[in-house]
Amino acid sequence: MNVAVCVKQIPDPAAPGELDPSTLTLKRDGKLILDDSDSYGVEMALQLADQAGGGEVTLVSMAPRGETGGLRTALAMGAAKAILVSDDALAGSDALGTAKVLAAAIKRISPDLVVAATESTDGYTGTTPAQVAELLGMPSVTFANKIEVADGAVRVHRQTEAGYDEVECPLPALVTVTAGVVEPRYPSFKGIMAAKSKPIEELKVADLGLDPTQVGAAGARQEMVSVEEAEERQAGEVVVDEGDAHERIIAFLEQLKVI
Amino acid sequence: MGVDKIWVLAESVEGVPTATTLELLAAARSLGSTVEAFTWGPDTESLAPVLGAHGATRAYTVGDVSPGLPGAPVAAAMAAQVQAGNAPDMVLVATTYDGRDVAGRLSARLDRPVLTNVVNLTVEDGVPTSHHAIFGGTQVAKARFTGPGPAIFVVRAKSFVPEETGGGPAEVVTVEVPDLGRANDARVLERHVEERAGPKLDEADVVVSGGRGLGQPDNYAMVEELARLLHGAPGASRAIVDAGWVPYAYQVGQTGKTVKPTLYVACGISGATQHMVGMKGAKNIIAINKDQEAPIFGIADLGVVGDVHKVLPRLIDALKARS
Repeated sequence: MNVAVCVKQIPDPAAPGELDPSTLTLKRDGKLILDDSDSYGVEMALQLADQAGGGEVTLVSMAPRGETGGLRTALAMGAAKAILVSDDALAGSDALGTAKVLAAAIKRISPDLVVAATESTDGYTGTTPAQVAELLGMPSVTFANKIEVADGAVRVHRQTEAGYDEVECPLPALVTVTAGVVEPRYPSFKGIMAAKSKPIEELKVADLGLDPTQVGAAGARQEMVSVEEAEERQAGEVVVDEGDAHERIIAFLEQLKVI
Repeated sequence: MGVDKIWVLAESVEGVPTATTLELLAAARSLGSTVEAFTWGPDTESLAPVLGAHGATRAYTVGDVSPGLPGAPVAAAMAAQVQAGNAPDMVLVATTYDGRDVAGRLSARLDRPVLTNVVNLTVEDGVPTSHHAIFGGTQVAKARFTGPGPAIFVVRAKSFVPEETGGGPAEVVTVEVPDLGRANDARVLERHVEERAGPKLDEADVVVSGGRGLGQPDNYAMVEELARLLHGAPGASRAIVDAGWVPYAYQVGQTGKTVKPTLYVACGISGATQHMVGMKGAKNIIAINKDQEAPIFGIADLGVVGDVHKVLPRLIDALKARS
């Protein structure tokens, strides 16, 4: 079974984010790393391919400047190869533009299963996977917290407001995974060394047959109007626990009439 | 260009419109002159009075989609209406599991962009403008579309307050679902309802959340105990959800639930921006954390610098002694 995993390479979330003053979009000019949210999808894909008795896991990513840092991490985990779409024309792409690129890249490998995170850590739009599925004319099951593949179908526990739905869907299909669905492996030293020579196919917008006006800032058809300081929430009283802090909390709860 | 017609994706549970649906209807009414609901399910007639009372004059429905999922058929039916000339200026969708499926698929089908994580909506110079909390809610960004509509917005829960208008039942209009090809092949085999004692996380008056500072999974029991004693719901930071201590449904924050309780108690949570954006709307915040530099203290009404393993047991004992 061949699995494609959509992975995003993002600025280190531990570093404070910054807006480009001219476009008011998030700066992405530093080094990019594998989005943690995607490590679950990579791990899931590796396990499913393994359980199916073979097949390849291919990473699909769109990133500026031919960035491969995050892809190497996922290749080190065990993915076989990667497709990276990197093109100056893609700067300023929104979720739909990104979905067009990912869908076109996925089409080239015709996978049995497409795996993505429910949303990225930096942009957290959360619509790209459904957009990819629609563009591919594929069924999708989003918010999976358990996945099995058997007899040409994927069986998923899909998160709902009330609990979860057991959903079955014939392949090929797209599934999005929630964090914690599996425990992502740490790349081994051997894996890291092997990743260095694994193939990363780098493509341009033209290679995908996409119209450049459909992607990037022009295709996004949206603009940031302004950024303002939000109403500040003031810090209140801070007490250091000397063995009696619970009494202060009780008093506060009484004041709020919670108790 | 002003805003005339607005569609609200109306979700329901067991024949009752969800809270977020009523929030979006209130938002739509404040922005446009005509508000219509777009829904699915076996019995739209039973939804019509509530939808109407909240301002929807019409409720389009695709009917029962089961055992399929709503994303593909509802989006396709909406797109078909738009393409047939019945187009709204705006489509409002809640940040829910099904809502995001519908919004994503509608966006791709109509080739229209979508703005998500909206926390407020205004019309400025006749243009629908969305507000987004960024950098953990310290700043508000405003955005708008520059191309043709409909303008699709995905709105976070608790951004608006539901309000009845006293309108009569919405007129139910059944719409066609075009051929979906393979897109609608998923089938729900069985629905599982997970029993959770106490109020729902996003409706509770009191939320008690735990984070990495709890040290180990077993200690989450203290959070649940405190939530129970305060008649609230237990929640969690992303860190311990990712670590597998508690299910995703417990997560409060940017990637989880937005909560606006009367009281939020953060136990062993440092206050990553990811978390704060989901809870800073709480009326009152108590934070217990051993690191006095933790960002959570910057927004807490009462901050306790201390060890949750010591403070929580004493607090729980004191509350038990009172009851």
